[in-house]
Amino acid sequence: MNSEELRTVVLRVLGQIAPEADPAAIKPDVNLREQLDIDSMDFLNFLIALDKELHIDIPERDYGHLTTLDACVGYLMARRPGQ
Amino acid sequence: MPQLGADMSAGILTRWRKQVGDVVHRGDIIAEVETEKGNIDVEVFSTGTIEKFLVDQGQRVPVGTVLAWIREEGEPPQAATRAAAMPEAARPAAPAPPAAAPTAVPRQAARAVSIERLPISPSARRLARELGVDATTVTGTGHGGAITREDIERAAAEALARPTAAAPGLAAPAEDRSARIRQTIAAAMSRSKREIPHYYLSTTIDMHRALEWLDQENARRPVAERILYGALVLKAVALALREVPELNATWEEGRVVLKKNIHIGVAIALRQGGLVAPALHDTDQLTVGELMTRLRDLVNRTRSGSLRSSELSDPTITVTSLGEQGVESVYGVIYPPQVAMVGVGKIVERPWCVDGQVVPRRVVTATLSADHRVSDGHRGGLFLAALDRRLQEPDQL
Repeated sequence: MNSEELRTVVLRVLGQIAPEADPAAIKPDVNLREQLDIDSMDFLNFLIALDKELHIDIPERDYGHLTTLDACVGYLMARRPGQ
Repeated sequence: MPQLGADMSAGILTRWRKQVGDVVHRGDIIAEVETEKGNIDVEVFSTGTIEKFLVDQGQRVPVGTVLAWIREEGEPPQAATRAAAMPEAARPAAPAPPAAAPTAVPRQAARAVSIERLPISPSARRLARELGVDATTVTGTGHGGAITREDIERAAAEALARPTAAAPGLAAPAEDRSARIRQTIAAAMSRSKREIPHYYLSTTIDMHRALEWLDQENARRPVAERILYGALVLKAVALALREVPELNATWEEGRVVLKKNIHIGVAIALRQGGLVAPALHDTDQLTVGELMTRLRDLVNRTRSGSLRSSELSDPTITVTSLGEQGVESVYGVIYPPQVAMVGVGKIVERPWCVDGQVVPRRVVTATLSADHRVSDGHRGGLFLAALDRRLQEPDQL
């Protein structure tokens, strides 16, 4: 899976968490939780859905690496199964 | 139609989920109801056979309206005294006659008299003018049929809940709904502040042990089973309530009613605006892991509009948190008929004295808003002390 495909997955999952958000309007370098008004429960649901789609279990100590869309994609690219 | 919140006066029966002749058991979902808080599944509180539906799909009816007749085993058909798919607390005191139209508990007919000659208190009369309510069309529930402020508030909420004809200058439907929600909340919160003599207490809790325990616990759990710190707080609140049970109660008809079960109402913000506080049933009986699973399910169902009626009618106390919005202290307005509300703020790092040394510690401010008719500051203080103590022993939660 390349970074564009990964980005698509992340945006799809974000769409499940914040269905009223326009994926095209999500700024890639702005804090996701502030942009989309996501709370800790939403963020946990986001991580659970990513794990389900990508089989990547993100440890709690790494949550701070997933602040923006670009940061999420970069982090997940480095941890794809097989990397 | 069950009362699904202190501020609810009517609901729309959107869909029957059963048919006449079906056998239902206590706890079965019999209908879906639309309220200001979203679509709610209505549960049956008796076991028997559905004999008749009294309300059509799409019909809006006031709280307390008999929705259906359920014939319990051994009863003859068309029993006049059968209550319907309503929770015990919402049943009218008088049985409904078999041919009764689907209206609320029998009301007096509207009286063609001027407001000056109505049995209505001066403050209720003033409120009627403020809210634009025609008091001559309101049925009084006060002593001797007097019209009370609550009657006026209920009439105002019902009027807002009814669809209105289009008129110049009226807001678009979405804005109407938002305005109605706000006015409903306004009426409930105004009533709370007017009738409940609130007192407020706060304490700052060292969360070091609780958060360390949580870090270790979550490091060994897969992501789908991880625990948020809010679940720890809810469990600690539930156990603290066992020590100060008068905070787990309601105020009804001029007296306190202690509740045996602890059903914490969790304040959940809706993505489209608004707030709902459905119950986590038997919060004190759950392990932290179970509580987290139930909490996640409750939040997801609240935001997707799939709550059950008992989840809205059963909270015995409410916990609200604005920590994620950066708020350090929140002093809530108690939801009547509850008698207390717990507020939790943001976890912040502060200098803290430990064994004579000043060290940085993550701390949180917990507050209690409580009804002074039911408890006093001493008992409220004992509750906050118990909450603090519970959070210092997270492995015992």
